[in-house]
Amino acid sequence: MKSSQTHTVLRSSQASRRAALVGIVILIVLAAAPLWAGRADMRLMSEIFLYLALASLWNLLAGYAGLVSVGQQAFVGFGGYLLFALTIFGGLHPLLAIGVASLFGAAMSVPVAALIFRLRGAYFAIGTWVVAEVFRLTFAQISALGGGSGSSLPVKIVKSVASSRTMREWTSYWLALGLVVLVLVVVYLFLRSRKGLALTAIRDNELAAGSLGIDIWRTQFLVYVVTAGLTTMTGGLIFLQKLRISPDAAFSVNDWTAFVIFIVVIGGIGTIEGPIIGTLVYFALREFLADLGTIYLIVLGIVAILIMLKAPKGLWGLIRERWGLELFPLSHRVETNTPRKDQNG
Amino acid sequence: MDWINSIVQGVLLGGLYAMIAAGLSLIFGVMRLVNIAHGDLIILAAYLGLTVATALGLYPLVALLIIVPVMAAIGYVLQRVVLNNTLSDDILPPLLVTFGLSVIIQNALLEIYSADPQKMDAGALGTASANIGGISVGLLPLLMFATAVVVIAGLQFVFYRTALGRAFRAVSDNQDVAQLMGLNKRHVYGLAMALSLAVVAIAGIFLGMRTSFDPSIGGGRLIFGFEAVIIGGLGNLWGTLIGGVILGVAQNIGAQINPGWQVLAGHVVFLVILAFRPRGLFPRMTG
Amino acid sequence: MGDFELSVARLEAHYGDFQALFGIDFNVSKGEVIAIIGSNGAGKSTLMRSISGLMTNGASQVVFQGEPIGDLRADEVAARGIALVPEGRQLFPSLSVEENLIIGGQIGRTGYWSLQRVYELFPILQERRHQPSTSLSGGQQQMVAIGRALMANPELLLLDEVSLGLAPVVIKSIYEALPRIVEGGMSAVIVEQDISKALSVSTRFYCLQEGRVSLEGKSGSQTREEISRAYFGV
Repeated sequence: MKSSQTHTVLRSSQASRRAALVGIVILIVLAAAPLWAGRADMRLMSEIFLYLALASLWNLLAGYAGLVSVGQQAFVGFGGYLLFALTIFGGLHPLLAIGVASLFGAAMSVPVAALIFRLRGAYFAIGTWVVAEVFRLTFAQISALGGGSGSSLPVKIVKSVASSRTMREWTSYWLALGLVVLVLVVVYLFLRSRKGLALTAIRDNELAAGSLGIDIWRTQFLVYVVTAGLTTMTGGLIFLQKLRISPDAAFSVNDWTAFVIFIVVIGGIGTIEGPIIGTLVYFALREFLADLGTIYLIVLGIVAILIMLKAPKGLWGLIRERWGLELFPLSHRVETNTPRKDQNG
Repeated sequence: MDWINSIVQGVLLGGLYAMIAAGLSLIFGVMRLVNIAHGDLIILAAYLGLTVATALGLYPLVALLIIVPVMAAIGYVLQRVVLNNTLSDDILPPLLVTFGLSVIIQNALLEIYSADPQKMDAGALGTASANIGGISVGLLPLLMFATAVVVIAGLQFVFYRTALGRAFRAVSDNQDVAQLMGLNKRHVYGLAMALSLAVVAIAGIFLGMRTSFDPSIGGGRLIFGFEAVIIGGLGNLWGTLIGGVILGVAQNIGAQINPGWQVLAGHVVFLVILAFRPRGLFPRMTG
Repeated sequence: MGDFELSVARLEAHYGDFQALFGIDFNVSKGEVIAIIGSNGAGKSTLMRSISGLMTNGASQVVFQGEPIGDLRADEVAARGIALVPEGRQLFPSLSVEENLIIGGQIGRTGYWSLQRVYELFPILQERRHQPSTSLSGGQQQMVAIGRALMANPELLLLDEVSLGLAPVVIKSIYEALPRIVEGGMSAVIVEQDISKALSVSTRFYCLQEGRVSLEGKSGSQTREEISRAYFGV
């Protein structure tokens, strides 16, 4: 009997289609938050969205493109400072300023990448940190922006977002939600693209890396620049909420990199779902342990190390291993379609 | 004269950076590990030195007799228990684990010692100076620089003239074949980290005698050490001394122009060297 | 079975999903020189890696001098007296010729072999002793690799493809040293692709094919045809 089996390559699974549906419902519910959530809840959710955006971006950079940066605070702070500079000195509307800032951030990352891409692996990581320090020390020298002690966003500019306080808070909530959706969509679409698939292939198979050479360099470069632009945008939104900026807060390695790395490692590096799980776990832990102050950070560090050593794929990795779930369908599943009997002559 | 003075001070400061860099360079050479917690371990050594010196009434340099073996032991245990489990072809685990260690050490120090700056009492040595050709040179910085030279010469000797150094080089060349020679690489890596942290202990004590320190400054020291390694050229121990000196001089000249530019000037010189000589000034090894 | 210096029993080895060895059985008596022949990919090097501890297996799958060693690490196996001359020589490029030899002896087993005796066996190495090991010719590098293994004073010497990539005249001189090496009672296992060379220096041979022993016997007792059938599987 001749084998006439056919194979269908599927990307989506029933779980992922269901997840997409649930995702849309969640999005609608979240967008309607002003109807059901209190002021403090919305502020917390905005923060969660912004951290999720940072975590997803760092995950794209480190988990997929192999560019382990410990200097993304450079772009967070850059975005914050550009928001202040463009609104105060450029007279731009804050939202426009954030958009322009993200372009500046992407443009700025080009020479930065040209320089630090000369460093490999772990040295690349420290190189990114040096760059962030250069940013911090440079902005600390700009006295028009308050120098080392920083400055506040003038009331007039704050009011230009929306006249009433409630409306301002809603706006910044929706902006944070919009940003995280944008980031997740960009990350997802990029990973589904040909370039993204090549990155995944390389991550999973070192041998392939050498044979693809220059193409990979270009892809990494592209990822770095796109990530920088979106991280700058996130930074702008973060400081539009804080309304105050200082070099130490803007370029804090703890706030914008350490926490983000812990979130991604705990959730599961190299998966889209990981940062989501990680962010939720991080904020849940924070609600319970925040009173402990530094102890909280120590606990977080220990948890991250243990996960890295014992379950390097993070919590999402454990979940996926157990139930084979995939919410964002990236991997291809091959299904064997056994032909019907009557077709076999 | 101010300029010559600040250059001389910069050279001497370079000794400290060279010691930080030598410890980093050593473990990178043996096991391709970059220890992000390196700077925080230096600050840990400074605090341990402060505690031991205060508790036992010892002069800080005498406390080295205790701190060096203690840090070496910490290094060996850390390597055997934690870091050996992270070493593979994947660079992510060692990076993230040492990053986690960095955060843990920093916050543990904060919890124990608070954020208040501390300084070790260097006694008469702290203020003594010699007049050399019209320039007043502090004896402590001079001793620090001399110690750096001795430390690097010592590491160079260990690396190229002893059985331990042979084992380091063999394991670095080819782990499998080194294992066939009866070398347990996990043990050899432990010894390399112990040696690295012994140097860290010396750097930490000098740092604590020279300037005030607090738990948050570890990251900055890591960066200085890293810059000295890259400027000097990967895999070159004497290169780290040159790298440290260049960095120290750049910082002091920057500070001479504008006090706010001290650290920035060092970073800029590093980035310029990275742009024009990406493998450093005296490279020996490919990354 | 307990009388053998080395006995390998039902040894299986895997690289991830790929199975390289399927139940290998073979023995070496004290003082014996065994040849292992087989084409590329037959599993010869995997067998050497398994015996020397570079790949770990079930403890009793490799028994040396009556003790199970299959699950030991390479450094622990080396300490018990098994030395491997790895395929492709694999000297330490950062070490000089003499340092390569010394590091072979650092395991601390005493016996006949010393730096001086190795230099007597391969006089050229003494002349070149301070040179970087990478500066030597292929044949000289092979001498260093053999000398490095001897420095450990092993009781079982494993030689993996020592003639690979060397000129015939060099191969000849290296094989001429073999009788002197084993005359003190050392056992040896020689992995070779060159069948006639392997059979001429060994007492018995095993032929591997696709991870299985396809033929074994006294060296010289088989016809060429039988061997090539076992070798190529045709």
